[in-house]
Amino acid sequence: MTVDAWIAEPVNWVFSIVAVVILFTAVRVVTSPNVVHAALYLVAALAGSAVMFLLLSAEFVALVLVLVYIGAVLVLFLFGIMITRAPTGFDEGLSNDRKLVSAAISLVLLGVLSWASLSAFGTDTVNTVGSPTATEILGDAILGRFVIPFEVVSFILLSALIGGITVARRDLTPLEEEERKAV
Amino acid sequence: MTYFESYLTVGAFIALGALLVGVVLVLARALAPSNPSAEKLSTYECGVDPVGSGWSQTYVRYYLYGLLFVIFDIEAVFIFPWAIQLESLGMFGLIEMLVFIGILVLGLVYAIRKGVLRWE
Repeated sequence: MTVDAWIAEPVNWVFSIVAVVILFTAVRVVTSPNVVHAALYLVAALAGSAVMFLLLSAEFVALVLVLVYIGAVLVLFLFGIMITRAPTGFDEGLSNDRKLVSAAISLVLLGVLSWASLSAFGTDTVNTVGSPTATEILGDAILGRFVIPFEVVSFILLSALIGGITVARRDLTPLEEEERKAV
Repeated sequence: MTYFESYLTVGAFIALGALLVGVVLVLARALAPSNPSAEKLSTYECGVDPVGSGWSQTYVRYYLYGLLFVIFDIEAVFIFPWAIQLESLGMFGLIEMLVFIGILVLGLVYAIRKGVLRWE
């Protein structure tokens, strides 16, 4: 693709802008001196990733990212921060002096991941959405061919729910149980 | 209308929303007289003087509700592809989805029986 053809495609402009936003917010997630602000920068980074999935015609994955990660997981992060840190203000002690090592490891990871995805999918092109859409194909797949794994997912969610309750909540002693019944 | 053209509508809504917020902020700055005093600059908290700082701890009990919310959020995500293909999947899909939801309702029953949803 020549430079002129690249500029003529508006999708590439959206991609570039969103990529810059993701890069900036991702760096701010680790450099921000306030953990609450770091979590909010993570919201922006995840929203940018959702737009990236939209550009790849993966509407369902994009909306799952918004619903589950921004809607639920980040709320859990914020609760976790607000429960454990008091006060949740600015904290200068969040960074340590191993920045160079972690930056080097991140670069190596970026290289390995880029190389792996390029060597596996480098020549593939993404099909634009026609009919049926990707979500329709997904609905047929999870309730057709993959129906057993789909039901297993409900058991995994059930065990996560019970496990979460068991870990997070202490059982009442028999005496407290009596008191609660009396009320 | 192609895929990306249909998202132009979404883009237009985002742009209009941002523009509206910007215009309102600029208008408020331009029109409102600025005469700050210590009382005016203090945080508004139902008309009385604010107590404590904004960066306070929250109650640990909220965390369990958050945890339950994540689980049921993921359940909801699986309902969307089924809802789109509702007609072609028919009765079989409905029964499968009822089994899926039924298993997770068991979890909700467990949480209620454990008293997790009771506020004390």
